[in-house]
Formats: sequence, C-alpha cells, structure tokens
Amino acid sequence: MKCFSRYLPYIFRPPSTILSSTCHTEADIISTVEFNSTGELLATGDKGGRVVVFQREQESKTQPHRRGEYNVYSTFQSHEPEFDYLKSLEIEEKINKIKWLPQQNAAYFLLSTNDKTVKLWKISERDKRPEGYNLKDEDGRIRDPSTITSLRVPVLQPMDLMVEATARRVFSNAHTYHINSISVNSDLQTYISTDDLRVNLWNLEITDRSFNIVDIKPANMEELTEVITSAEFHPQHCHTFAYSSSKGSIRLCDMRQAALCDRHSKYFEEPEDPSTRSFFSEIISSISDVKFSHNGRYLMTRDYLTVKVWDLQMENKPLETYQVHDYLRGKLCSLYENDCIFDKFECVWNGSDSVIMTGSYNNFFRMFDRNTKRDVTLEASRENSKPRAILKPRKVCVGGKRRKDEISVDSLDFSKKILHTTWHPQENIIAVAATNNLYIFQDKVN
Amino acid sequence: MFLKGIKRKFSEPGEEPVSSGEQAPATSPAASRTLSSSYSLQRQSLLDMSLIKLQLCHMLVEPNLCRSVLIANTVRQIQEEMTQDGTWQMMTQALAAAQCPADRLVATEVLCRQTDAATQAGQSPKPMSSASYLEADEDHLSADSRTGEKVFGTFEIKHPVPPPDPGLEELFSDVDPSYYDLDTVLTGTPKMGPYDLLESGGLQSCLMDLNELDHIIEILVKS
Repeated sequence: MKCFSRYLPYIFRPPSTILSSTCHTEADIISTVEFNSTGELLATGDKGGRVVVFQREQESKTQPHRRGEYNVYSTFQSHEPEFDYLKSLEIEEKINKIKWLPQQNAAYFLLSTNDKTVKLWKISERDKRPEGYNLKDEDGRIRDPSTITSLRVPVLQPMDLMVEATARRVFSNAHTYHINSISVNSDLQTYISTDDLRVNLWNLEITDRSFNIVDIKPANMEELTEVITSAEFHPQHCHTFAYSSSKGSIRLCDMRQAALCDRHSKYFEEPEDPSTRSFFSEIISSISDVKFSHNGRYLMTRDYLTVKVWDLQMENKPLETYQVHDYLRGKLCSLYENDCIFDKFECVWNGSDSVIMTGSYNNFFRMFDRNTKRDVTLEASRENSKPRAILKPRKVCVGGKRRKDEISVDSLDFSKKILHTTWHPQENIIAVAATNNLYIFQDKVN
Repeated sequence: MFLKGIKRKFSEPGEEPVSSGEQAPATSPAASRTLSSSYSLQRQSLLDMSLIKLQLCHMLVEPNLCRSVLIANTVRQIQEEMTQDGTWQMMTQALAAAQCPADRLVATEVLCRQTDAATQAGQSPKPMSSASYLEADEDHLSADSRTGEKVFGTFEIKHPVPPPDPGLEELFSDVDPSYYDLDTVLTGTPKMGPYDLLESGGLQSCLMDLNELDHIIEILVKS
C-alpha cells in the first residue's frame, strides 16, 4: 500500500467476471452501490427495487490468483412500486440509496430507500437447522401424540447455507418530496433522510415518529428557488451534519444549537467567477453529492463539471478543485437541451482520503490523487476489461489533431454515464456501476 | 444595466461569444437593437427551450422538483436580462399589437437547434412561443397589461383560480397544490393551450397522460 501513490495511472485490473444481468431491461439499471464498513460486503440497488449483496471470498492459499473476489451473497426485493391514491401517482420502486450499519453481531443490517420510504433490512445466515422434534416429524406434520413413547433432544444439524433478508423496520410517511439521501449517524442509533426541501431525523428503533430538523420550504411555493440535493452526518461528531443545495452551497449544522437546524453553523460557498458566467452557471454549480472525508476534516462536493475538496475550517473557498470533464463547458447548451446537464454524479474518497473518484460520460470515471496532483481517466467497458489485464488510461481530445487512442468530445456517448461508484474502506478495490453492469476493479499489488 | 462587465457565453464552439465590450450601454429600447442578433437569438431560443421544458414538467403528475427549480431560475435570469435591455417590453408590446399565428410555435422547435432556420425565424417579428403562452393565459386572467413578473408568474407553479368547493378542499387538503396543477384540471381550465398547436410527437403521450388524469379526477370528484 505504501507504494500506491507512485502508481498513477493506477494499475487496476478486473476480476475474472463482470457482474451483470443477462438481459438488459430498464429495471436492471443499477441506481446505487455501497461497500459496507469492512468492505466484506458490497450492495447494489436497482431501478426495479431489488438489492443484490455481494460477499468477498476468503482468500485461500490454494487459489492465490482469485484474491478475494466478490460473489452474490443475497438478493431480495426491497421496494415494490406503490400507488399514492390521494395524489393519483405511482411511487417508483427504484432504490435511491443504500447505507450499511456497522456490524454489531452475526447479522448484517442495511438501510435502503426509494423516493418515499426507508427500510431497515437484516441479512442473516442460516447453516444449521434443528432435527429430531418430539411433536412433529421431519416434514413438519404434527405427530399423533399417542405414538410418542420417548423423549429426545432436538439436535442442530448442518444444512446448506441459506442467506435470508428480512425487513425489520419500515420508515414511511415522512416525506412529501423525493428522498435523495440517507445517512447513518456515528451514534449508531439515529439516521437522517433527506428530500428536496426537508431533512428528517429518525431513531432506528422507532418507525412512527421522526423529527424534522431542516425545512427550507417557503410559505409560498412560487418563491422556491433552491432545493436540498444531499445530506450527510459527520463521521465522528454525532451532532454535526452537512447538506448541499442546488445553488452550489453547503451548510454545516449543529443539532445541539436548536431543535430546528434552519440556521447553519457554517456556510460554504465559492464566489462565482465572473469570467465564466453564463445562463447555465447556476445549473452547473448545483451540487449533486456531498461526502465527508473519513478523517472528518474535509468535505467533498460534486457539481456538474468539477469535484471540490473543502476544509471544514475554511468557508469562503474550496481547498482543491478538480476538473472532471471541462471539455463539456462549450457544450452546455446541447447538454441542457438533452437534459444531461441535470445528471447527478456521485463522488467517493478512498480509505486514506488521499484519492478521490467520480464518474463521467462514455463509461469513463476519473481519479484524482490529492498528494501528487495527478489524475487518470479509466473506462468501464467489456472491451477494455480482459481479466487480469491492466486498465488502460483514456484520454479525451479537445480539439485539433486527435491522436490514435484518444476519443474526441463529439464521439462521447452521453447515454453511458457513470453516476455511482464506491471505494473499499481499506483496500484499493472499487465498484463502478455502468447502467446495468457492475464492474469491480482491484489494485495490482506488487 | 445590461452590461455588468461580464462575458456571456453559452454558445457552441465555433459561435463567437458576445463580449461585453462590443456593445453600447442599453438604456433604451433602441439600444437593444445594437445587441448582437446572434446572441439575442441564442438567448431567445434558450428561453423558448426552457419554457417548453417547464411546461412539460408541469404536465407530469410528479415533476422532479430540483430540475423544475433550476429551469425556472434560468428562465428568471433570462427574463431579468431581457427586462433590463428592454427586449422584454418590446416582446409584450408586439404581442398586444399582433395576433400570434400557430406556426410561430413550430418555429420554436427549429430555434432550439442553432441552424440557419433560426436566423430566418428570427427575422420575422416577435413574439415567439413564450408570447403564445401569454396569449393563452391572457384569456384566462383577463388582464390588459402584462409585466414580466406576471408573465413569469404563469409559469410558476400556480396562478389564481376560483376558490374550489370546500368539500373538495378538505379531500385534497394534504395535497401540496404547487406540486402539480390539480386545481387547474378541476376547474376545467386547461393551461396547455399552446400544446394543442405543437407538432412534436413526444407530446402526444404527455397529452394522453393528462387526459387520463382528467378522467381519474372526474371519477374522484363524482364520488
């Protein structure tokens, strides 16, 4: 790991299989990916309301080349389409976000949410079952008591491993608008769910009550000019959370100050650069994702063209700004016309907060090393993913002569967008969702 | 002041961005004629595109609020700039003077693509499609003079309608009326006048959905 920062472009290689559904339907489009806190499990949610959980294989000495690959562990239907009778509209079953709870016993817990309802799922293993009941036989039929002449103690016998997912809590009816994020508090007892105008605080045990802690809905909806786009708890301070807005600002709130966190403790916004101002300036400044660093000292935000790292102690400008795909700046009008300008890209930190990653179009994704200031563009595609081959860096040619391996801006496929990515909390393993395909790349060590 | 010392550019590469230094200060409607016509066309086409997107948003039963807000803010920005350089007043005056033929709306489709057709369409006198919305709503609101704010107000979420039946109100009291135009549908006053005229095929399904909604509401109201 200590040699890692020298390796830019990162030498990632795919495992022997790319995990994807056999037939591509709308329902198979992956809408969220998330590693759990140890990286042992990887969850994906899709547009059809399903959650698929992958588990990392134990590394074995007999098959060293497999090096802990991810296999399907559990699949379940988390959300079903619903009909809101009062408004006469259908509530999509698409999973917007999944967040894992840290493991506290043998079972795994995750929160999954669609537009309106959050659910707590328990995923547990069963590899033994009791046999030798007195009152019923092996098929489960009740035995005639007169035939029972002796008592025996049921014995646990091994059985094929079964992984079952059960919904333990359903948190509903708290959001008028669409939920865009959920975040588990470091106290492991509460979490927040956020929609366009409100942030609600829940206790994981209590489903019939939630506290509204941020409400930016104006009295007159015609005056609405700003919405909340994402929110997250601080990783260590259980009283602090941040939320981002469609106007490019981030507010840090302290729940100890007041029950309603309408007044922020800190307000992060970069003044607009007058030389690049256009009618699209506001739209491209809208923040699509906000993530605290693991060490809790920085905040990362993603807007349409850039990723920014903010120091929590400095509110007036970001510490670092990285251009994701600046070549799109001249295409904003077309991207507005085809609605791509409203795409919401996510961003992630690596485990040590030294590298950040985000997606782009044409199935490209970008990584930025904060220390060396080097960056790389990689592609998640079958053609470029021969097993155990190294991922080749890609380059977009902006004008003039196109070199052999470069791709020109006009040839980019805007329907192939990488919105969701996640990074293993300790190792250099990344999962990238490209429409209905999930790519898992691992770093080549030594 | 139109000029804030800022360079406007939202054009494709190959189109020259208009630089603020090249224009005379716009203090009168006459000065707006000195605006580069290509910039003015681009701005108009952006306005048309945005208004169409907003209307399509409102036709959906549950619009994406973030997207609607961003588009509405863009329209507001354009409207503010046009008001400052006097173009907005010109447009509203031209509307009051002339009737708006249906083929203006078809021209909007053309304007959205920055081609030569846009230049031709631009040479005919304004109003463009946004003005057609003005015309449709003029009947509804029966006001003589239109200010920029009022016009924009019609593209905001709600506009004043006769107070609904109290029984109905109670039934829908939980519903956030700004989220979609339920009351417009209930009062039977379609806001979508211009849509009857738009030729775009993609709107057919939206219109069908709206008819279905009409039907469902009728059933609910009768029960």
